[in-house]
Amino acid sequence: MVAKQLSIFLENKSGRLTEVTEVLAKEGVNLSALCIAENADFGILRGIVSEPDKAYKALKDNHFAVNVTDVVGISCPNIPGSLSKVLRFLSDEGVFIEYMYSFANGNTANVIIRPNDMENCIRVLTEKKVDLLAASDLYKL
Amino acid sequence: MIWNESIECMDRESLRKIQSIRLKKIVEHVYHNTPFYRKKMQELGITPDDINSIDDIVKLPFTTKYDLRDNYPFGLCAVPMSQIVRIHASSGTTGKPTVVGYTRKDLSSWAECLSRAFTAYGADSSDFFHVAYGYGLFTGGLGAHAGAENIGASVIPMSSGNTEKQITLMHDFGSTVLCCTPSYALYLADAIKDSGLPREEFRLKIGAFGAEPWTENMRNEIEEKLGIKAYDIYGLSEIAGPGVGYECECQHGTHLNEDHYFPEIINPNTLEPVAPGETGELVFTHLTKEGMPLLRYRTKDLTALHYDKCTCGRTLVRMDRILGRSDDMLIIRGVNVFPTQIESVILEMPEFEPHYLLIVDRKNNTDTMELQVEVRPEYYSDEINKMLALKKKLAARLQSVLGLGVDVRLVEPRSIERSVGKAKRVIDNRKL
Repeated sequence: MVAKQLSIFLENKSGRLTEVTEVLAKEGVNLSALCIAENADFGILRGIVSEPDKAYKALKDNHFAVNVTDVVGISCPNIPGSLSKVLRFLSDEGVFIEYMYSFANGNTANVIIRPNDMENCIRVLTEKKVDLLAASDLYKL
Repeated sequence: MIWNESIECMDRESLRKIQSIRLKKIVEHVYHNTPFYRKKMQELGITPDDINSIDDIVKLPFTTKYDLRDNYPFGLCAVPMSQIVRIHASSGTTGKPTVVGYTRKDLSSWAECLSRAFTAYGADSSDFFHVAYGYGLFTGGLGAHAGAENIGASVIPMSSGNTEKQITLMHDFGSTVLCCTPSYALYLADAIKDSGLPREEFRLKIGAFGAEPWTENMRNEIEEKLGIKAYDIYGLSEIAGPGVGYECECQHGTHLNEDHYFPEIINPNTLEPVAPGETGELVFTHLTKEGMPLLRYRTKDLTALHYDKCTCGRTLVRMDRILGRSDDMLIIRGVNVFPTQIESVILEMPEFEPHYLLIVDRKNNTDTMELQVEVRPEYYSDEINKMLALKKKLAARLQSVLGLGVDVRLVEPRSIERSVGKAKRVIDNRKL
């Protein structure tokens, strides 16, 4: 349920993103989801990869500022209202979302959530029978 | 015009006699009243009896900014604190300020020196002095103020900041002499232009600029933009503040008030005096100061001295423009900044690696500092807010230690050069 997400601190310099993806490519690690948050001088790349431990080591060896963060992946039908339903469950229980990103594929939409309180988040989602993605499934997407 | 012709134009032989008498007196004063100097002199095996002429000055011990720090705050005062009437301070090497105490007589000698400067610039009692140096612990504001009052001018104690009001009053009061840092003068010039007030409605004619290094190009630009004649005023708080030296109308070097502050030039490595006209580190000895007299204070400013008589008639020694420093002190917007201060802030915060790079620049005539630092691996976060909070925390701490804003830039691990030996920690892009 709880999946490992890599987050990488990157200065706003051209070519840095390319270098990250090249390191991963060289290791044969696949990126299944990613998003970038940025401000004036730096950005933080967050991504789900096929082999988090291997990717972490390779990036670290190449002196990237990489961290591993716990996130939770859910799957919901790719139809209007399904995300709002899930978010309502969480907000009603006081779970705050630090950030999230999602990608839809055919009939399914996958959402990666970084909650402030992981335990509570999983409890709520499980109780409400939300379709949680196993970490191994998430890495394989 | 010359304020004190008998001193400023005195033949050098007579001046040396005065300097000799004063040196002997000051050495006796500190030997008996400053334990720090008595100890230093005893270590060198000398007593006041060994000092009989100004040439004997080379026997005396040096004083550095570190000595001022070690004796913080009043350890070097040579009179009871009841006789100290003014205390000024500037930033020191590691956060603790450098403190200087003045007696009533010290303040009047200082005002005398500034009167010589302002008179040399062509100012007199009919002038309106617009003092836009900061008033406070910094010597600029109150120093210029006292000097201008001493020549009988009308003084407008503006202090720094609030440019809009500066311009309004300068216009309405008819300020004729502007005292501030050269970079602020340029800033004001642009602001006056933007204000839409016609330049011919201003009565400015003279600028007394100092507290930071500036160039001939800046002088030309200021003179052109403000329609004034711009003069350099040299000083440092440890010695007095502004007015240690001043330019005359010839602008052929800065005359030093050597009857009060005796200058020497030494080789900063061997500490031996250099030949007249050669470049080295400027060293001052107080000849008349009562409150906190310093012997052979190493300014770290690099320059040369010329002893031939100036075309203006003054015989006071002329100092070249300051060529640089023999240490790493930076002057940012008139404030002394030591890279060690920045280093100590970074070292006390576990979130950052001890490596940093400070980039100094001058944008729109204002000095800027950008500090590049690396966050320690365990403090990197996946959340932007947490990273921004780190940045803010460091900037706030720097602001409180330096008294200046620093633009903090977080950079990736290992992007700051790890050098063996002396690391390049500062890049100064200002064209000075």
